[in-house]
Amino acid sequence: MLEGLTRMATMDDNIPLGENPAPYHEEAHDPRRRDFINIAAVSFAGVGALAIVLPLVNQMNPSADVLALSTTELDISKIEPGQAVKASFRKQPLFVRNLTPAEIAAADAVDVGSLRDPQTLEERTKAGKKNWLITLGVCTHLGCVPLGAGEGENKGPFGGYFCPCHGSAYDTAGRIRQGPAPTNLHVPDYTFNSDTVVTVG
Amino acid sequence: MSFPWAKHYEPKQPLMRWMDEKLPLPRLVYNAIGAGYPVPRNLNYFWNFGVLAGLALVVQIVTGIVLAMHYAANAGVAFGSVESIMRDVNAGWFLRYAHANGASMFLAVVYIHIGRGLYYGSYKAPREMVWLLGVVIFLLMMATAFMGYVLPWGQMSFWGAQVITGFFSAIPLVGETVRVWLLGGFAPDNAALNRFFSLHYLLPFVIAGVIILHIWALHIPGSNNPTGVDVKGEQDTVPFHPYYTAKDGVGVAAFFLIFAALIFFSPNLLGHPDNYIEANPLSTPAHIVPEWYFLPFYAILKSFTADFLLPAKLWGVLAMFGSILLLFFLPWLDSSPVRSANYRPTYRWFLLVLLLDVIVLGYVGGAEATARNVMLGQIASAYYFAHFLIILPIVSASERPRPLPNSITEAVLAKHGGTSPAKTAMAG
Repeated sequence: MLEGLTRMATMDDNIPLGENPAPYHEEAHDPRRRDFINIAAVSFAGVGALAIVLPLVNQMNPSADVLALSTTELDISKIEPGQAVKASFRKQPLFVRNLTPAEIAAADAVDVGSLRDPQTLEERTKAGKKNWLITLGVCTHLGCVPLGAGEGENKGPFGGYFCPCHGSAYDTAGRIRQGPAPTNLHVPDYTFNSDTVVTVG
Repeated sequence: MSFPWAKHYEPKQPLMRWMDEKLPLPRLVYNAIGAGYPVPRNLNYFWNFGVLAGLALVVQIVTGIVLAMHYAANAGVAFGSVESIMRDVNAGWFLRYAHANGASMFLAVVYIHIGRGLYYGSYKAPREMVWLLGVVIFLLMMATAFMGYVLPWGQMSFWGAQVITGFFSAIPLVGETVRVWLLGGFAPDNAALNRFFSLHYLLPFVIAGVIILHIWALHIPGSNNPTGVDVKGEQDTVPFHPYYTAKDGVGVAAFFLIFAALIFFSPNLLGHPDNYIEANPLSTPAHIVPEWYFLPFYAILKSFTADFLLPAKLWGVLAMFGSILLLFFLPWLDSSPVRSANYRPTYRWFLLVLLLDVIVLGYVGGAEATARNVMLGQIASAYYFAHFLIILPIVSASERPRPLPNSITEAVLAKHGGTSPAKTAMAG
């Protein structure tokens, strides 16, 4: 053999140099060598295709500049009791409301067990800051901006917010009381930096 | 494909013969919409609407491609670029009004086309695949129309995008993630506008592709006809060209008359004034409604106001999509072997009630959500589903149809006072 490998293969060789002279019977093997090659080749291409799909799907997610808007600082010193302002958080409206004692009392008077999305006003505000109701101004039904934050707007039958699109009504704690919306107005993450400045997000 | 007596394409000119050997495209056209396609001889004007729908798609693609040369899909300038099309671009107002009203014409023609299929049983065997592909086209049209409506970036555009992508947030657990993924943000903004523009440009060509499949599937059994009776022989058909090219020509003329009246005399009749206000993410218009062609489905969405096992919001979204997906099952919900409602005395009345029901839903969809309207919408929504899931199976199993004519030719001759080969054709 060694001697054979030192020379070039020629057309005269019946069996190529260095190969097994015994015939290979494909039918006798299960799976056949070809089956293995087929499966291996298709699997390799399939994994490659999946790897390419990933960025194609992921490009749809919010881009870095959109995510960069995810914190907002607010000065709330000018908001009198009974007033509310509309701010903007992640390009969505944000309601900041200074509740009056009467509104707090109205929210506390509700039997929490009877609510669609049971939460107390305490759970929806920060400790010691029960009068500051900070929620997204996005109806949890299909995303309209509820009325009630602006001066003279319809606050709905429960004195909180009222969505004009499909008639969802929220109470003074921003909790869903009537209409098609499934949950209370969303309370975003926020912290009080001081008594008058809030960081949302 | 087609009947054995269909005429054969035999090009005489050497050039056309050469073409036929290399690429038989003229042969394909000849067999699809030329003299090589035999069609029942008794089609009425309701059979114009397939061709009209195709024509409307061509109008939309042509005006749309031209508009895209002047439009900018960026949230900062989109509204302004549409205003500049209206004021500055030469004939821009015409192109935009043609495109906006063209969408209404397209949907109107397609609704009549669907109604024709419902009345004459065109969804039944052997044409189920034609119907299924038609429902696919309808879904693609709805998606395209919605995304196109977002592009001017007016108040209705913005809030329409907000509400419709909000449907996806009804999906349990992953809904909000899906919504943010679709929008590329937490609310509709530049990312959403750009991708909607991209897809709005793409989908019409997908629609054109599915239309080719729709026509291919149609040409295997051949067209249905007002009697619903199968073609029995050559005397029952005429070649598509020149007979139905001419008849469709009349319909095309009427189509363009109505279309022109809309564009030139009342271009904003079907639009909303609020969409001439630029999108404002902090203020929802007092009364948001979709375009007229979505109102019945919007009414179904609004009809769910109380939780029952699932949240009301999820029910509304499921019911709204379900009302269209239900159409995929229609060929199997209706078991009657008789196709045409002309010979189905009971079904015919229920179909009329369904039409009225959809009109009521359309009214409720556009009306304010007062207690009376919500109640009306709930009744009408319930009836819509009852029609397909309860009434239709019962009626098709129990109704006694009128005697069918023995052939299309017999029905035609009987109608025109000729000697009827069989008395049965006159019955009923």
